[in-house]
Amino acid sequence: MTTNDRILDLLQNVKDPEVPVISVLELGVVRHVDVEADGKVLVTISPTYTGCPAMDVMAADIKKELRDHGFANVEVKQSLSPAWTTDWITEPGKAKLKAYGIAPPEKTGDIRALKGELPVVPCPQCGSTHTVMLSAFGSTACKALWKCNDCLEPFDQFKCL
Amino acid sequence: MHRSVPLLENIAMNAQEALFTYTLRLGDDLLILSHRLGEWCGHGPVLEEDIALTNRALDHIGEARNLYDYAVKVEGKGRTEDDLAYLRTERHFVNTLLTEQPNGDYAHTIARSFLFDAYHLPLAEALTKSSDTQIGAIAAKAVKEAQYHLKHSSDWLIRFGDGTEESHRRAQEALDGLWVYTGELFVQDEVHQAMVKAGIAPDLNTIKASFDATVDRVLTEATLKRPADGYMMSGGRQGKHSEHLGFLLAEMQYLQRAYPGAQW
Repeated sequence: MTTNDRILDLLQNVKDPEVPVISVLELGVVRHVDVEADGKVLVTISPTYTGCPAMDVMAADIKKELRDHGFANVEVKQSLSPAWTTDWITEPGKAKLKAYGIAPPEKTGDIRALKGELPVVPCPQCGSTHTVMLSAFGSTACKALWKCNDCLEPFDQFKCL
Repeated sequence: MHRSVPLLENIAMNAQEALFTYTLRLGDDLLILSHRLGEWCGHGPVLEEDIALTNRALDHIGEARNLYDYAVKVEGKGRTEDDLAYLRTERHFVNTLLTEQPNGDYAHTIARSFLFDAYHLPLAEALTKSSDTQIGAIAAKAVKEAQYHLKHSSDWLIRFGDGTEESHRRAQEALDGLWVYTGELFVQDEVHQAMVKAGIAPDLNTIKASFDATVDRVLTEATLKRPADGYMMSGGRQGKHSEHLGFLLAEMQYLQRAYPGAQW
C-alpha cells in the first residue's frame, strides 16, 4: 500500500461533524493529498458553504486522525476555486445520506433548476415523491427543510449547490 | 515620520491601497448586513424564517471573512480579519448605508435584503471573471449562495406585495423608505474606477442594468410600485454613516472592547 493510499484510508474515518455518517472523502471536500519529500502531508480541502463552522472542525479532525497514525507533520489548506459543488458527493456518499434520513442533492445540471422550478425530492423515509419544501433554509447551512405529504414526516434535503 | 518615496513605488502603493479599500468595501457590506440579520435570531416571525435569516447571516459572514482575510494580506501590516471586524470605528467602515439600516418590521428586513441581493448576485457573477484570482475565487464560492438569497427575498416580497392589504402597505412603505439608499450601490468613485481599469471590478452600470431588471420583474409580480429615482443618500463608502452604525458596532464589538484579545 502506498503512503497516499494509507492516508486516503485514514481520511475515510474522518466524518462530517454535522452528518457523521459521511466521510470527508465521500463529501468531496478533500481535493488533493500530497506527501512531500520530507514526509510532510499536505491535505487540500474545498469548503462546502462559505460560513459553515464544520469546516474548521473537519480540518482539525483530519490533522488529528493523521497525527494519531504516525504522520507528524500535517498541513490542511483551503482551496476556494474551483468552488465545491454537491456533484462532488460520491454515489456511496449520497446513499449514506439517504439512509441517514437526508434527501441527497440532485445533479446541478438538472433542467428544472434552470427553469427556476423546484426539483422533485423523494422522501428519504417512505420514497414518496409527494413532497413539499417548507423552507429553503434548514438546520445547517447545507440543508433545506421539506415535508412528505404521504408519511407526513418532515425531512432535511441536502441543498443542491 | 517623513521619507521621500520614489514615484513608481508611490503608484504601486496607491494601487495596493485601492485594492485594500475595494476588498474592504465588499466585506463590510456583508459583515454589517449579516449582523442586522443576526439580530433576528430568536425573534423571527416563524421558526423557518428565524432559521433562514441566521443561515443567510452565516453565508454573509463567511464571505466577509474570506474578503477580510484577503484584505489584510493585501494591506500587509500584520492585521487579522478579527482586527478589521472588531477594532475599527465607524469612520473606518466603508459599507453602504443600505446595509446598516435597522431591521424595522419583517417587510422592511426583506425589502432591504432584496435590494441588496438584486445587486449582490450580478456583482458576484461579474467578479468571478476578475483579473484578481483571489477575488474571483471568493466570488465563485459566493455566487451560488447569492442565488438562494435572491430567491428567498424575492419570494417573500411577492408574498407580501401580492398578499393582504396590510402586507402590501408595509412592503410598499419599506421599499419607498429604502430606495434612497440604492443609488450608493452603483457610485463609481476613484477607487472603483481604478479597480475597473485593472480588470478587478466590473463597471457598475452593467450591474445596475441587472439590478433594474430584477427589481422590475419581482415588483411587477408583487404588484408593488417601483419608487421614483430622486435624491440618493451616500457617504458610507467614505466612512460617513447614518447614526445607526455606531449602535450596531457598539453591540457587535462589545466583547473585544471590554476584554481586548479575548478568545474562546
